Amino acid sequence: MLKQIEGSQAVAEAIALCRPEVICAYPISPQTHIVEGLGELVKSGELTPCEFINVESEFAAMSVAIGASAAGARAYTATASQGLLFMAEAVFNAAGLGLPIVMTVANRAIGAPINIWNDHTDAMSQRDCGWILLFAETNQEALDLHIQAFRLAEALSLPVMVCMDGFILTHAYERVDMPTQEQVDAFLPPFDPRQRLDPASPVSIGAMVGPEAFMEVRYLEHVRQMRALEMIPGWAEEFREAFGRDSGGLMRKYRTDDADTIVVALGSVLGTIKETVDALRDKGERIGVLGITCFRPWPTSAVRAALSHAKRVVVLEKSIAVGLGGIVSANVRASYGGHPDVVHTVVAGLGGRSITRESLARVFTSASHGTLAPLTFLDLDHGLVERALARERQTPHSGPVAEGLLRDVGVVAAKIS
Amino acid sequence: MSFQPIKFYQTGTFTVGNRLLPDAERSVQSTVRRTNSLNSGHRACQGCGEALGARYAIDAAMESTDGQLIAANATGCLEVFSTPYPETSWQIPWIHSLFGNTAAVATGIAAAMRVKGRDNVRVVAQGGDGGTADIGFGCLSGMFERNDDVLYICYDNGGYMNTGVQRSSATPAGARTATTAAVGPNPGNPFGQGKDLPAIAIAHGIPYVATATVAELRDLEAKVRHAMSIRGARYLHILVPCPLGWGHDSALTIRMARLAKETGIFPVYEAENGEVTGVSKIRQKTRVEEYLKPQKRYAHLFSPKPREDVIRRIQEAADRNIRKYGLLEAAQ
Ligand SMILES: Cc1ncc(C[n+]2csc(CCOP(=O)(O)OP(=O)(O)O)c2C)c(N)n1
Ligand code: SF4
Ligand SMILES: [Mg+2]
Repeated sequence: MLKQIEGSQAVAEAIALCRPEVICAYPISPQTHIVEGLGELVKSGELTPCEFINVESEFAAMSVAIGASAAGARAYTATASQGLLFMAEAVFNAAGLGLPIVMTVANRAIGAPINIWNDHTDAMSQRDCGWILLFAETNQEALDLHIQAFRLAEALSLPVMVCMDGFILTHAYERVDMPTQEQVDAFLPPFDPRQRLDPASPVSIGAMVGPEAFMEVRYLEHVRQMRALEMIPGWAEEFREAFGRDSGGLMRKYRTDDADTIVVALGSVLGTIKETVDALRDKGERIGVLGITCFRPWPTSAVRAALSHAKRVVVLEKSIAVGLGGIVSANVRASYGGHPDVVHTVVAGLGGRSITRESLARVFTSASHGTLAPLTFLDLDHGLVERALARERQTPHSGPVAEGLLRDVGVVAAKIS
Repeated sequence: MSFQPIKFYQTGTFTVGNRLLPDAERSVQSTVRRTNSLNSGHRACQGCGEALGARYAIDAAMESTDGQLIAANATGCLEVFSTPYPETSWQIPWIHSLFGNTAAVATGIAAAMRVKGRDNVRVVAQGGDGGTADIGFGCLSGMFERNDDVLYICYDNGGYMNTGVQRSSATPAGARTATTAAVGPNPGNPFGQGKDLPAIAIAHGIPYVATATVAELRDLEAKVRHAMSIRGARYLHILVPCPLGWGHDSALTIRMARLAKETGIFPVYEAENGEVTGVSKIRQKTRVEEYLKPQKRYAHLFSPKPREDVIRRIQEAADRNIRKYGLLEAAQ
């Protein structure tokens, strides 16, 4: 059914269609509308049987999900930013225990300085935690990915994180096609784990494992993720047949066939990038886009094949490995067959900084002219940082950076523009 | 009190007593029904109070629930000594997730049982004093406040024993630990307010809170049974001497636990819905020195220079407990 609704509400309704049995809720922007929506569905009796638990922290949210999932219930929670970091220990634990929990991460920057707006630093901080990490491009894809996520998680006995850009998707009202309960039920069988906490057949879960078998446990986790690489395209295909649209998969190519320059990115910014690419194509530039949907497991060979004809690659990412440069770029570089120097990193949109078509066109054009630096910070206010650096040279001292910058900018609160 | 004290407890065994008692009052451990939930072969130290307490508590919970029990366990001695991969001592469904999240994991299990319509399956969470009073405190308080259907059992040995006897917020004043060395003008753990976890649990107004020691195992069993007859959040705080961390002879575990109670250092009582409903009276008031002396963690209070000032403060705290809980008044 077509609906014009908020992204968070769309995800909440899609989650409800997946019949979760335990939902743990803790507020943090920009995720909160999702659990609010679910809370209402449970309270009204529309989503039943389901236990909706208001926990006291994100650490508890993931821990309650761990207990519920180990006891055989389909468990879901959502978080963002500081919340994801606060639950980090339990995030790794869920993966190590092989529990098929599904979690939405409404991507948001991480402080300090505290910032509620969108970037990918939160999810990237957990990229090697053992979860499958999927990134949605649109609200439609966000809700579709959640339906696929439960299927994927339960088939592989691995938790899945569905990442959607905070505010840009979560708070945007867009048209989505909401599937019916029958469609989802046909696609997603009930959760039936091979092992669960049950007095009928007592098992010990979470034993201490020493050097004699720890490597093997981790190896098997890796093998399962590699298996996901093989299964995900098939499921996306099955999803297309059942729901009549393309959603998910490992990655998506756009006008890459004859492209000399390929832009790689994740999430909602792909829309803006595609429009920019269309405009550049009209001017005769041979440029295309590779959107990564599945960031973990990383689709090494698929990325390599997709980039094989490219003369240069621009990785546009909303995250930064401080002291190195790009996070996504490091992965792309490792899977690019050509010279690694032609893989450029463009760090963009940190903390909600707008990413405009004009700015994108500028960096993409300079890439094709061979003048793009290996690492670029899109629309960085060079004057501002130069003045801050000059001050630091004058009076070297340690302390928070943000306050000095804000005084310089002349505003007390950060502004979004 | 839910438990009727019987006189022959000093024998340290209830075999004799059980034969004289009607079936319903017999100790769980004395019957063929006992489940050996924490089976032999685990790696606890000789004389470990935590192993003893856990065995009695979980067997009693198993009996009360007709075997329909699931346990969540915090990181700590109990977890480490019971489940060195690929072995396990647990005969019940059991999960260990992390150090500080056990109450929340138990909440999740209880929620799963409720949603599946299996309300007959009950949940126990268990951890050490560090996992309970310190790192797991937030999750514990959340579980209490929501009144989730979980019995949380804290095995209090007064320190982080599994990592080599460091101070926790349950370490008693004056005691030496690896992080409160017995050096300087004020050796051992400094005097502070302490963290009185049973009192904090009572302040949550949850249906049932009790303390117990491994010296009165029938009392411990009775409290577990009573706890399992109630729905909602319940808290049981068991004092479990640790021969390794306390530095006493491993044959003295029961005596140490008994002296902790008889001196007033560890008040044994129970509370329902926020009110204290019963206390275990002291049979024979004992001075704190008798409790302190056999323990090496207090050795610096006796030599090279006796620290009467410190011992007096410990005695004062014990006397305060006696007054506060009426531990010496004649039993009704
Ligand atoms: C987050 C985290 N911090 C620290 C540890 C290390 N650690 C493991 S067990 C333990 C001590 C446990 O003390 P307690 O809960 O009192 O149980 P005990 O071993 O004394 O029975 C510590 C500090 C850990 N496993 N996880
Ligand atoms: S260190 Fe203490 S608590 Fe740990 S096993 Fe030994 S006696 Fe038991
Ligand atoms: Mg301890």
